[in-house]
Amino acid sequence: MVEAVLPAGWLDNSYRSVCPVWLDRCVTLCVWGVAAAVTAVFVCIVGDLVWHGIGQVSWSFIVDLPRDAGRAGGIGPMIVSTGLILTVCLAVSVPVGLGTAVLLAEFSSDHRLFGVLVRRSLDVLAGVPSIVFGLFGSAFFCVYLRMGYSILAGGLTLACMVLPILIRSVEAGIRSVPEEYRLGAAALGLTRGRAVWHLLLPAASPGVIVGLVLGIGRAIAETAALIFTSGYVTRMPESLLDSGRSLSIHIYDLSMNVAGGDANAYATALVLMVCLLVINWVASVVADGCLCRRLIRV
Amino acid sequence: MNKVAIEDQVLTGVVEQYTDAPAPKVMVTASDVKPIDHSVQPAITTHSLGLMYGGKPAFEDVSLSIRHGSITAIVGPSGCGKTSFLMCMNRLTDLIPGCRVSGRVCIDQADVNSPATDVVTLRRRVGMIFQKPNPFPLSIRRNIELPLREYGVRGRQELGQIVQGVLEDVGLWDEVKDRLDTSALRLSGGQQQRLCIARALALKPRVVLFDEPCSALDPISSGVVEDLIAGLRGRYTVVIVTHNLAQAARLADWVGVFWVRGGSGRLIEFGTSRQVFKQPSDPLTYEYVNGCRG
Repeated sequence: MVEAVLPAGWLDNSYRSVCPVWLDRCVTLCVWGVAAAVTAVFVCIVGDLVWHGIGQVSWSFIVDLPRDAGRAGGIGPMIVSTGLILTVCLAVSVPVGLGTAVLLAEFSSDHRLFGVLVRRSLDVLAGVPSIVFGLFGSAFFCVYLRMGYSILAGGLTLACMVLPILIRSVEAGIRSVPEEYRLGAAALGLTRGRAVWHLLLPAASPGVIVGLVLGIGRAIAETAALIFTSGYVTRMPESLLDSGRSLSIHIYDLSMNVAGGDANAYATALVLMVCLLVINWVASVVADGCLCRRLIRV
Repeated sequence: MNKVAIEDQVLTGVVEQYTDAPAPKVMVTASDVKPIDHSVQPAITTHSLGLMYGGKPAFEDVSLSIRHGSITAIVGPSGCGKTSFLMCMNRLTDLIPGCRVSGRVCIDQADVNSPATDVVTLRRRVGMIFQKPNPFPLSIRRNIELPLREYGVRGRQELGQIVQGVLEDVGLWDEVKDRLDTSALRLSGGQQQRLCIARALALKPRVVLFDEPCSALDPISSGVVEDLIAGLRGRYTVVIVTHNLAQAARLADWVGVFWVRGGSGRLIEFGTSRQVFKQPSDPLTYEYVNGCRG
């Protein structure tokens, strides 16, 4: 057996790490600290909601009509309105968003100027405050297209708001698909459209899911854009052309305009949070199921 | 070498064009029919072919002709336009923004760059295997079926037969027959590359292009793939780009040497394998093949 013996003083050279050990430890500590602080904020918010809200939440709270301007009774109509608004929003934004993202990611090199133009306008749209979307929706959908205060107008306004986020996430997802799939598909004579449908969109499904989750989050939390478009009537909506109050507007109204509505505002916020988590989970499962039908990952 | 098959390829190759339109019916009299001379009816010909990336030439002025059923190796140092040359054959250059092709490429007498050429049909006839194995993230079976379905092969039984046939052809059938529906990405590198070859062969191409097919593989898998390529001789026209001179010497009937001259790639030598390796006409080639340079 040969014993490896290092010669004495084998490390005696002038090379020393520039970064002292204590600095490295400090940086590690800071990174952990920041992450912990972020988690703490999240835990505080959720804890506060649960602490104040859980007492009010019951089956009757979820299905009943509100009474006494929301101080008593439940939030049944708001849940239905929120669901309808979100459905309209997604029904419009998902197909339009996927189409535009595919165009930008795969076909815009053919029309460079057009691609640049679309991207710029999306970036501007993503930064527009939601109240401006509200004003636009009110002027365009409610007044010009004569939809009035309605769930349809609210959903369409939200769709305009969600589109930039959705498109940019999906585009990033499609662009992150390895180039070799594109070349491989082309070399086998697959047209670009078929390659997108069979390979690129399925492989980009993580990006699609991120876009959906962010978009749904923004839509479900929105108040400013909805006050002017879907209105804040508390009765149960009978059609998409009825006015309806979303959960977020209900929270806003209870906490700002209704004295003694705080307890129910907390309970509504708790329900909203749970709804958001459930919808996100369902959206991810559905998107994954639709897009990855035949995709097999390792 | 199957002579009948080659003749058959030559004959049909002359008649068939890459357009879907039916060939015009022309009355042919006996005196019009000329016997086909294999030396004048090559599978691939290029006439002063060149390619520019955004104004910068990758290679220029390449004229050569490649015989049916032969294996032609393209060798040379990196960056002399070998891969770009291959991509001109199946017009993958269309996918690269800012890329311009000059000169002519004809495959089976049909001009590849003519506006009448149907790119999809062209790429079915001219298969390509890449340096890095690129199976799709699908099952082994779907990898082969997906392009076939695009060309209208639908019957389950027919698809199954083709899948088995090509997998046997590349020697993969016994290794994967029990797990056809598992992910192709679980295969080893060499198996993935053979799957990619099977996928290309399933479309019954005339020409198969290999872009350094073994350079990402270990020596054993590399040997398996090399034997597989050698087995294609006579049945397909093969063009292979390689950095491995020994591989070129083992495989190729014809060898082309690319070299950078005046800022762009040029074909400095083209001839039979024996000529290029034993009596090269260009001194650079002599130094290159004898290991003094490159």
